[in-house]
Amino acid sequence: MFLSIELATIIEKLILIVIVVMGSLVVAMYTTFAERKVAGWLQDRPGPNRAGPFGMFQPLADGLKLFFKEEIIPNFSSKALFVMGPALAMMTAIMTSAVIPWGDKVHLFDRDISLQIADINIGILYVFGVVSLGVYGIMIGAWASNNKYSLMGGLRAASQIISYELAMGISIIALLMFTGTLSLKEMVLQQQAGHWNIIYQPLGFLIFIICAFAECNRTPFDLAEAESELIGGYHTEYSSMKLGFYLFAEYINMFISSAVMASLYFGGYDVPFFNEAAHADMGNWLALIGLGAFLIKIVIFIFIFMWVRWTVPRFRYDQLMHLGWRILIPLALFNMLATGAAILYFGK
Amino acid sequence: MQALTDRAENVDRKPMNFLERMYLPAIFKGMLITFRHIFTRNPTIQYPEQKRAFSPVFRGLQILNRDEEGRENCTACGLCAVACPAEAITMEAAERLPGEENLYREEKYAAKYEINMLRCIFCGLCEEACPKDAIYLSETFTPADYQRKQFVYNKQDLLIPNPVTDKEAYEKALGNRPKKHLDN
Amino acid sequence: MGITTISFILLSLMAVGSGIMMILSKNPVNSILWLIVLFFAISGHYILLNAQFLAIVNIIVYAGAIMVLFLFVVMLMNLNAESEPAKNHRLQLIAIISGGSLLLILLSAIMTVKEAHPVMVAAGNAGLIKTLGKVLFTDYVLPFEISSVLFLSAMVGAVVIGKKD
Repeated sequence: MFLSIELATIIEKLILIVIVVMGSLVVAMYTTFAERKVAGWLQDRPGPNRAGPFGMFQPLADGLKLFFKEEIIPNFSSKALFVMGPALAMMTAIMTSAVIPWGDKVHLFDRDISLQIADINIGILYVFGVVSLGVYGIMIGAWASNNKYSLMGGLRAASQIISYELAMGISIIALLMFTGTLSLKEMVLQQQAGHWNIIYQPLGFLIFIICAFAECNRTPFDLAEAESELIGGYHTEYSSMKLGFYLFAEYINMFISSAVMASLYFGGYDVPFFNEAAHADMGNWLALIGLGAFLIKIVIFIFIFMWVRWTVPRFRYDQLMHLGWRILIPLALFNMLATGAAILYFGK
Repeated sequence: MQALTDRAENVDRKPMNFLERMYLPAIFKGMLITFRHIFTRNPTIQYPEQKRAFSPVFRGLQILNRDEEGRENCTACGLCAVACPAEAITMEAAERLPGEENLYREEKYAAKYEINMLRCIFCGLCEEACPKDAIYLSETFTPADYQRKQFVYNKQDLLIPNPVTDKEAYEKALGNRPKKHLDN
Repeated sequence: MGITTISFILLSLMAVGSGIMMILSKNPVNSILWLIVLFFAISGHYILLNAQFLAIVNIIVYAGAIMVLFLFVVMLMNLNAESEPAKNHRLQLIAIISGGSLLLILLSAIMTVKEAHPVMVAAGNAGLIKTLGKVLFTDYVLPFEISSVLFLSAMVGAVVIGKKD
């Protein structure tokens, strides 16, 4: 497995990794801009429009500002862990993109290049594992800050993510029973030609998207950084680019979870109402069209993330736990049971 | 209890039914409302490029008027200072000397005329009190400054540009406000 | 020396090193973090053995859930230097005896192994999800189902505790 890797493959994968990581960074950058724009539109104002045409350079200006801010490390913090927190958050956020199938094969330089960094046979579990690690960045940073508000934020984040991971896992199990594979690539291939999983798993998708909101710490589940009661929550003590990393990680998480949702339930790079098999002569263009369709789906999901954020108020903490443990988990269990019964009855 | 107005609305405290307890319909309704706002006209005025027009009764910074030949109207009678409820106006009178007829319209003029803009409440009573059409409130507001003493405006700050030498600036400073003294 | 051997050595060093650091750290939070590093090293070993499912489940369950709970509890406790329990010599003696006997057992167990397969790379497929599933649902179906009932009852218990207002 390790010995048979040829040099060309290594170079190909390295290029792909660089493109995906850079791409997700740029997307996250412009997601911060889009967030402010969407917030503006939903609130009857234009949003940032001063930096460049339509405010296009706003994220650059924001990044520049964050870079030039003073780095403050609190005196009584655990310094190594304090620096490690945002780095971990960023790392786990970027790592998830490895198993997402961005598109079909591209034929370049006499090679078939798959637009997926690693097609491992446990893809969805990998996503799940890395997401479950994402909370460490928040917890470590929160604890290392030596600040009560931060600690509260970190504890909230930890218990929230653990609670919602359960429901998320069970809703995925129902999907796995249906698809019979753990590989994201194979799931996408099964959904080609319009057989999207959302048709068969609407309840599972609803549970999944609610849990995705909770795992990304997005409103209405952004209790870890509830400004009204915890100042900044876990990043109260952070400044400069370390704060930027935390905020950035949130947007990358949003991007990646949109990509996961699109490939799990909405056919990945499948173009709706378009028969890919009939247009096989289009070659590389077909893969690019698929990639475009996938990105459009991601953008729609990101918009939904923002739309919900600027509509729904934040949950109270007991409401959050109530929703997670008393509603979503029984619902997910029911969904799993119903899926199992349906598979048994209809024979798939 | 009898309601005082017909605007009072009673709070509905019925237990929620199943659909309401799911919250999802309410959330979708809310999301629809916010979505609709994407397409509504936004009322933002891009400030430095666009400015909102002042209302016709806007009362801004005071200005000391001149007549058509560029002579100061003010005779330092002190009626404005008496009328001022904030006691923002102080002045010193002086007698016009021979040869100064092109500067001052009447025999007496204000040698010193100060308005403390930190005290002024822009009520416009000075304008109403003035018998000579010498002071009125323009359509500009007091600009910000770093020091308190900068807010005591002296005569040079308040005087309108000379219509003989600088016609354009005079017209601009005159503004669009209806002048009640000129009307009657 | 192939890439596999190098990664095996690196992972082993990482595992042993982080294990030692976990014991030696004064701060319980640091201990937990080293333990997480240790789990990662072990997951790396699983991947070398071509047991990707075990590797990722190890990360999800141990690093992702149990260690988060550990960290959660340790963060909630106010562990200052003063609150550390007093160490006496008798306790240290007992610790040395029990630790030493564990070491002896381990050593004897290692010595009795006839043939050692230091690294069995990519050969076995025992850790793949398909094989694992087959074994679980045929040979070990009873213990598997019993433990699943246990988990379900734990989950139901959590919901019931949540229902109590």
